[in-house]
Amino acid sequence: MSAGQIDSREPVLEAHGVTKTYVLEGMEVNALRGVDVAIHKGEMVSIMGPSGSGKSTLMHIVGLLDRPTSGQVILNGEDVSRMSPNELAELRNRHIGFVFQAFNLLPRTSALANVELPLVYGGVGGEERTRRAREALERVGLGDRTGHTSAQLSGGQQQRVAIARALVNNPSIVLADEPTGNLDSKSGVEIMGTLQELHSQGITVILVTHDDRIARHANRIIRVFDGQVQADVDVADRILAASETAEVVAE
Amino acid sequence: MNYVESFRIAVRALAANKARSLLTMLGVIIGVAAVILLVGIGTGVQDEVTGSLEGLGSNLLFVIPGEYDMSMEGGGAPPRYFSLDDADMLERRVEGASAVVPIMRVGSTMKAGNRDVRVSVAAANEQGTEVFTSDLAGGRHYRKSEVDAASRVVALGSDVATQLFPNQDPVGKQVTLNGQRFTVIGHYEPMGGGLSGNQDGQVYIPITTAQKIFGTTDIVSIVVKSADPDEVDAVRREIRRALSPTFGEEFTVFSQEQTLGILADLLGMLTYMLAGIAGISLLVGGIGIMNIMLVSVSERTREIGIRKAVGARTYDIMSQFVIEAVGLSILGGVMGIIVGWGGATLIEQLTPVPANVTLWAVAMSFFFAVFVGVFFGVYPAYKASQLDPIEALRYE
Repeated sequence: MSAGQIDSREPVLEAHGVTKTYVLEGMEVNALRGVDVAIHKGEMVSIMGPSGSGKSTLMHIVGLLDRPTSGQVILNGEDVSRMSPNELAELRNRHIGFVFQAFNLLPRTSALANVELPLVYGGVGGEERTRRAREALERVGLGDRTGHTSAQLSGGQQQRVAIARALVNNPSIVLADEPTGNLDSKSGVEIMGTLQELHSQGITVILVTHDDRIARHANRIIRVFDGQVQADVDVADRILAASETAEVVAE
Repeated sequence: MNYVESFRIAVRALAANKARSLLTMLGVIIGVAAVILLVGIGTGVQDEVTGSLEGLGSNLLFVIPGEYDMSMEGGGAPPRYFSLDDADMLERRVEGASAVVPIMRVGSTMKAGNRDVRVSVAAANEQGTEVFTSDLAGGRHYRKSEVDAASRVVALGSDVATQLFPNQDPVGKQVTLNGQRFTVIGHYEPMGGGLSGNQDGQVYIPITTAQKIFGTTDIVSIVVKSADPDEVDAVRREIRRALSPTFGEEFTVFSQEQTLGILADLLGMLTYMLAGIAGISLLVGGIGIMNIMLVSVSERTREIGIRKAVGARTYDIMSQFVIEAVGLSILGGVMGIIVGWGGATLIEQLTPVPANVTLWAVAMSFFFAVFVGVFFGVYPAYKASQLDPIEALRYE
């Protein structure tokens, strides 16, 4: 039942005994109380939990946006838990692609320029940058919308630009935080379809959600509750977005 | 990421808020333009005054009542003014002198027919022409006999002549000065501004006449011309010896060079003061930049969060915002130079005020503006660079 079943594959990211303690208005909050997880290459994993469970904190640590109070975070075999913010920024640039609930595209900026952003900070310039950004947009089906700004795109299209941005630097992990939260159900299904397609192409996808139905698009669910991993299970009845699309169309 | 990228991002951000960028730059534009313009006017006046003083010749000594040192301190009314007798005494006792000219100045009104004009009355003796350069446009100067007799004769500066007698030859005409009738005996070519104000607005009468009609015997200065320019110091010693028994230390002798030096110092100081005041407005412009950059940083908190999430390092964010602030100040500086230089040229051409644009003022104000941009841009940029990406992404 545990993740041990797929130990044959190499882990991309491991957390060992990770804790995180905040001080909020003088009160110590133990957001994470000893978390052990391992994400393997090519997996699609959901991190699930209600609000206040520590799910977001775990996502921040796994996404290298934050450092644990104690414990180890190992990315591709390298301990990153004591690295400086600038070192983490460089690792995020090369290894993590973010997809946020609120899309988080730069306003008044073209889709192409938005997708180029990680390449700008990765030191990729000139024609190669434009070429790679264009390829990433084509991969999410927006090859004909490169010059549009976010105001000129629908929510689903904006989220696909965000996915292209997450992909453009060939990251080890695509981390999607409630990617369908701001979308209507049809666009939501499309976005889940895009993520599943990327997964089928061998990309590691981590899905963070409170929604059981969205979580079941992955093939493994890590349930977080009260700062600890409550369950780590493989999904038996995985939902495939492709069949959902058929349902939506049928309706 | 390199600086070309930071520069591109900054330019895009400035272009996205054109009106705001322009208004922010206005502070710098006005500051730089003010420095260039005010220093230009200060330098222009300084050059003109020094130039007109040099026209007087270098063998003149100015004797004034009261004890002054070279720093122009002291002041207040001197305990005792000179009289005509003191001038006569100097003429008799100072052997190296080729001319001794007592001088009085009074403000008054001159009338001719139904016209009247405010004039500055300069009174001296017949040797005045020896120490002051002037070109007669018509008529003559007053003579020794007229000085001795305190005759009511007057020579007019060019402005006074044209205002009282437009398109006429004033020589031989009657005018009224301080209620007394005078005959015009001569008038002068335009001379422009000078040490004692606009010389063209002056009228020249014998000192004896002035004492009579203005009811005062107080002489504010005596100009002594040394016969030999190399003997100026000897003449100065003779003057001191002649005046000491009566005045003790209560008088001062300036040479031409000293006067020039003091004036140059004074005007130089004034120019620096003007530059300083204008510099303050530049500083205020810098605070404007800081203010708008702080607003910009808080407005773009989410953008900073996004950039950090996709891999922007602290110095990437820092350089982006510093370049934006410096861009504002450089652009403002360039526009300020154009406005200041253009304004100085206009003033020079349209008004009698001289304005010499000096390169040091242009360079100094520009680099000060850039410095102000860096100085006031660093704090908001630092603030931006230190934002926590998680907090920044959550920011609404």
